[in-house]
Amino acid sequence: MKIVVDLNRCQGYAQCAFLAPQVFEMHGEEALRYTPLAPEDQSERVRRAAAACPVQAILVEEEAGPGVR
Amino acid sequence: MSADLKNGRIVVVGASLAGLRAAEKLRDEGFTGSLTMVGEESQLPYDRPPLSKQVLLGRVRAEDTGLPRRREVGAQWKLGIRATGVDPIGKHLVLADGEQLPYDRLLIATGTRARPWPNPGEGALDGVFTLRTSDDAARLAERFDAGPRRVLVIGAGFTGSEIASACRERGLEVTVAERGPAPLVGALGGALGALAARLQLAHGVDLRCGVTVTALNGRNGRLTGAELSDGSRIEADVAVVALGAMRNTEWLAASGLAAGPRGLACDAGCRAFDMYGIVTDDVFVAGDVARFPHPLFEYQMLSLEHWGNAVEQAEVAAHNMVNPGPLRRPHLAVPAFWSSQFGLNIKSVGVPTFSDQVVIAQGSLEERRLVAVYGYRGRITAAVSVNRAKWLEHYQRLIETAAPFPPEPAAVDQPASSTPVPSDVPDPKLLSHGPTVALTGHQPDRRLTLMRWSG
Repeated sequence: MKIVVDLNRCQGYAQCAFLAPQVFEMHGEEALRYTPLAPEDQSERVRRAAAACPVQAILVEEEAGPGVR
Repeated sequence: MSADLKNGRIVVVGASLAGLRAAEKLRDEGFTGSLTMVGEESQLPYDRPPLSKQVLLGRVRAEDTGLPRRREVGAQWKLGIRATGVDPIGKHLVLADGEQLPYDRLLIATGTRARPWPNPGEGALDGVFTLRTSDDAARLAERFDAGPRRVLVIGAGFTGSEIASACRERGLEVTVAERGPAPLVGALGGALGALAARLQLAHGVDLRCGVTVTALNGRNGRLTGAELSDGSRIEADVAVVALGAMRNTEWLAASGLAAGPRGLACDAGCRAFDMYGIVTDDVFVAGDVARFPHPLFEYQMLSLEHWGNAVEQAEVAAHNMVNPGPLRRPHLAVPAFWSSQFGLNIKSVGVPTFSDQVVIAQGSLEERRLVAVYGYRGRITAAVSVNRAKWLEHYQRLIETAAPFPPEPAAVDQPASSTPVPSDVPDPKLLSHGPTVALTGHQPDRRLTLMRWSG
């Protein structure tokens, strides 16, 4: 699952870091670090994190089938 | 007429962030014609900001930063091939293999590339890197994994500073050489430049400002060190050249479009100008390669190297490519960017270099938690936060409404002193790092300064 976070929009609420700690983590007080390609077993957590983001900064793409462009 | 715009052939040159977001927006807006994406790199669109951060830290593989899609774009992708020219009369794009791609409307989003080390022989030494592409990041991360004894970073702009930060976090010794008086000074001015310098020193960076690297030395084709303009030498087995970016406009030299070192000039609706300053109606521009007028900054043409601008400008360009005149929109977004380095989150809105004064409006340099507000002739033009991102939205509104500078005292986090000081933005010519925000004057047809790096 591919992820990108609009870090202009991100304000460090850290909801994602609570909901999917293996994918999103805070570095220092408010800088977010994330894994742009999340393992499939994290998909549900990542979806929840994206939904919970107070500023809706997280964009997720479910794994597309081969050839889908 | 409008129905025609939703059909036909659109070619997008540049298959990175701006190109992808434009393609998605074209389909969102109901474009049902043929869409061709041309990209010089062989990868599908990927995200660059993680390359100087998570990838260099060894936490994410360089090939794993592919950009998620907002939707399917139904495009034909021509990747790994460079565009070499455009014929605006015959309306086709020319590719490196000689193929001619006819278009009805063209979007140019060819972005920038890393400025190489000026001496090609030295630049070819094993151990000398630039950082722009996913391949660059993969090679550099691999070299960091091998545990070099010292890394030399040449240029202390955002990229150079983030690389130095990654080195220290990995426990690697790093020297940063910068011709200007402080890191980040070209984008943020003197006050925050001084903070950046203190931060680097506190994290164990061997920071050398006011010097240039006069030579890279090698033995048997491998980098061994560098000589600095103050006569000192350092030993290093890796050097990262972070001298800023060059706009990919050379391929447009014979096109008759207003393309130069500062980018391809366009109007507020992303339509490219030709070399006589006449606006075209079928060639559009977006992202780092665009040079566009902004009403908040006296309609000066801006050249931005910002993730957010690439997205927003691509969306406006795409909208305008498939809508008739009266329905077209201007690209008016307030410039914004972020950087994380040495544990701090730095965010900016507006154009800090479009300023004569700056005031710490909240927090303090000592706490490393603050908002600096920039003013130009008595109005607010930018704000930069360090670990205070939640406040920026407020200042963005003040920028958008041309609110008076200095700002009213904030409700919380009032600083000890709120006297504005000169913003101290140096002439970019005096810096090693190129400006990521360039104010480039008013004339669309000016090809502008050719930057020569003379060491």
